[in-house]
Amino acid sequence: MLAMQYRGPYRVRATHKAEPRIEHPNDAIVRVLRSCICGSDLHLYHGLVPDTRVGHTFGHEFVGVVEQVGPSVRSLQKGDHVLVPFNIFCGTCFFCQKELFSNCHNVNPEATAIGGIYGYSHSTGGYDGGQAEFVRVPMADIGPLKIPADMSLDDAVLLTDACPTGYQAAEMGEIAEGDTVVVFGAGPVGLFAAKSAWLMGAGRVIVVDHVEYRLEFARQWVPCEVVNLKEVKDMAEHIKRMTDWLGADVCIDAVGAEAVGNTLQQLTGRYLKLQAGAATVLHWAINSARKGGNISIVGVYGPTGNMVPIGNVVNKGLTIRANQASVKRHLPRLIEHIQAGRLKPSEVITHRFPLEAIADAYHIFSSKLDHCIKPVLIPPSAHAYERELASQVQAQSQVRVH
Amino acid sequence: MSNHPEDMTVYVEKTTPEEHQRRPPEGIPGWGADLDPQARPAYPMERTPPRFINKHWDDLDHQPRTVKVFHSTERPGLTPVFGTAQPPSGLSGLIRAGAFRYSENDLRHWLMLLFADRVDVVEGIIDDLAHGHVPNFFTEMGGPAEWRYNRNGFIRKAFIAGGIAALLLYANSRRKRRT
Repeated sequence: MLAMQYRGPYRVRATHKAEPRIEHPNDAIVRVLRSCICGSDLHLYHGLVPDTRVGHTFGHEFVGVVEQVGPSVRSLQKGDHVLVPFNIFCGTCFFCQKELFSNCHNVNPEATAIGGIYGYSHSTGGYDGGQAEFVRVPMADIGPLKIPADMSLDDAVLLTDACPTGYQAAEMGEIAEGDTVVVFGAGPVGLFAAKSAWLMGAGRVIVVDHVEYRLEFARQWVPCEVVNLKEVKDMAEHIKRMTDWLGADVCIDAVGAEAVGNTLQQLTGRYLKLQAGAATVLHWAINSARKGGNISIVGVYGPTGNMVPIGNVVNKGLTIRANQASVKRHLPRLIEHIQAGRLKPSEVITHRFPLEAIADAYHIFSSKLDHCIKPVLIPPSAHAYERELASQVQAQSQVRVH
Repeated sequence: MSNHPEDMTVYVEKTTPEEHQRRPPEGIPGWGADLDPQARPAYPMERTPPRFINKHWDDLDHQPRTVKVFHSTERPGLTPVFGTAQPPSGLSGLIRAGAFRYSENDLRHWLMLLFADRVDVVEGIIDDLAHGHVPNFFTEMGGPAEWRYNRNGFIRKAFIAGGIAALLLYANSRRKRRT
């Protein structure tokens, strides 16, 4: 099969690799129809995630059709169209029993601090991901969800990670009616967090970024106020000036380890690896929130340590909530939002690439070229499958007419 | 705002919580659909029994181990389900094995894994060459996309790379002349 392969920092290619096989009785093999590149994939691409091995296939956002199931799978069969949450989880452990599906203890032997994730290095379990024609989906009775008949593949693939992560970011902020919410990061997750803040009753939403085309998209799509950090001398002072000199009620970090805006943080975090990425945004979030406010973190950082003003967290009485999104618990409500017309996740998709062009896709997304916000990958066998499906549907409707 | 004592503005903070609340702009689609915090999907944060999953077993089947898999020292053994992609091999595999002698709490664990990743990159290039494939760094790094969408940046990087290469060649030739 054709699959993306990591060859080193900033080097990826599409190459032929053995198809995955059933390795556990509750596995399924899924033919990928759509796969996305996530902002967090860029941390892998840039060589920042420990235990990223050469030959690894990335991709934790994908939808597809079930091709094969293991002997103990009961809820799926060949031909089912599924969206697969980026979390791999067992449904059995202490954490899954509390619906903390992103913190499963039974699927990642290498790190107890992290749950299981498709295609996100061996630090998250060592599973090849969905930027390929086929992918092994463990715990098929637990994770995947059949795609509703009235939902497009483009909307479904955004429900595997970006949309629920943004939604959970807003939820962890414990937004109350009339709150002022500042979202750092105008990538897909930040955009969904900002939109979700309105769903939760925010009174004011402000998005901060440094990329002008993304800020313009946020202004129109969310809609919201925007701040370009390149035009601001001091972020905390600027936010306080905007908020009666009190600070924001809720600050959301939707950026993580590769933040720009502070030279010392970039030097020590991104280049010298003296800390687990640049904590610029988290620093700003802590200092821009009002006393007693809430910080919500969905930006990804490394497992070591970061320089942040923790003393200010104490003195200001801030509440910090953070986690990888527990996707499946949000899906029913998000599907309701889509069906009611309140959300249309596929509107953030700006680029579609064949899987063969994976190297260009990563570079365009990483360097923010061509006004890229969210790229989708389409494997070669997806086209053939969709053509076959369309002709079967047409043949069936002709039989009915006759 | 001036810091001169004579014209120092005095700021008395007495905003009421009601004044600090903002009214949203008109026409926000779906505003307030999830207003009630207790009706949100992830409330409470820890919720048991879990919804939305089709668990039909008491004990989880164990995946047979067919390749070398490391486990953290912060758990007593392997997980019942695990990934088998890219088993450890070569020098990078030995360094990773060494890394797993330390706990996740120990910086040496992560630094050794990052170092192993760099060694793995070199092993990957050697493996490519051994199989008769010369890696095309230009396409693997998105060179065609950079040329198409950021030509000025491409030319700038080409000049910098060319300049560094020229400096290295010059330094090398001077070293050879001295010897």
